[in-house]
Amino acid sequence: MLHLTTGRVGCLLSKQAVVALTGSGARMSSHGHHEVSDSVDMSQPMYWDRLDTPLPDRPWKDVLDSTDKSLKQKEKGPWTALSKEEKIALYRLKFNHTYPEMKRPSHEWKTVIGGMFIFFGITGLVVFWQGHYVYPPQPPTFDEEWQAKQLQRMLDMRTNPIEGLSSQWDYKNKQWK
Amino acid sequence: MRNWGGSVVHFNWRHTHTHTVYGYVQSCYTPLVQRCYAHGGKLESDEEFDARWVTYFNKADIDAWELRKGMNTLIGYDLVPEPKILEAALRACRRLNDLASAIRILEAVKDKSGPHKKIYPYLIQELRPTLEELGISTPEELGMD
Repeated sequence: MLHLTTGRVGCLLSKQAVVALTGSGARMSSHGHHEVSDSVDMSQPMYWDRLDTPLPDRPWKDVLDSTDKSLKQKEKGPWTALSKEEKIALYRLKFNHTYPEMKRPSHEWKTVIGGMFIFFGITGLVVFWQGHYVYPPQPPTFDEEWQAKQLQRMLDMRTNPIEGLSSQWDYKNKQWK
Repeated sequence: MRNWGGSVVHFNWRHTHTHTVYGYVQSCYTPLVQRCYAHGGKLESDEEFDARWVTYFNKADIDAWELRKGMNTLIGYDLVPEPKILEAALRACRRLNDLASAIRILEAVKDKSGPHKKIYPYLIQELRPTLEELGISTPEELGMD
């Protein structure tokens, strides 16, 4: 179907971040077809709740009981004769979510951030365990004493005397500048 | 950005004229859509665009598919439709005995206005005679907001 092959990418999104819920999940409400699995029959007209595509191919409720049918009959007459509840009922027959309901905020971000931190934590534990059990012993060159002797040797041979290490050492007073 | 016709749409907002209603000034914002055809035709003016869409919805024997297709395409454009287009669309809903779609159209144009909060009340104000004549309640009146 043309709708899904273009993926509605060609449609314009409004400037603010609008999350349009696509109707790719199971859209079954009083649908006449017997669908066992979660997948949707793509050869049939689909229902969707999308901010950028207000009128889907089929109404939300396909199978109408007698009260619904009589309401639909009443819809053929003047709409001024309909009460508010009837108008709402007619809307709900045709559509699942209203626009504000489509735009309701979800708590998904908390799950995402929480999951992120959990994985950071697990990674941290793995790194710590690794440092303890996997790494070979530290070479002697990292000992304090060795490092001090190393630095002294570097200063003695005047390493980088112009702009680098030895230029920062005050040889007369034997301290850093 | 591209619309169905494959033409490139440039969009800018422009403050067109003011309305005086109930003693205070209400500004209306209409989009200045410059549509240039990809094959190099002339620019369609706002009036031509509006007239085209009004004619589309005014078709006496418009069917449900055409209504859906028209509305979905119109909402896909980077603009908020003029009241006269919406009026024609609402009347088409009436001919199709489809109140729910009429309310949905109102919701859709409110959403299209985005952060510009003044557009929707202006549209409702312009559409008020039609809404009352046809008996269409706004989503706010039905408590659906």
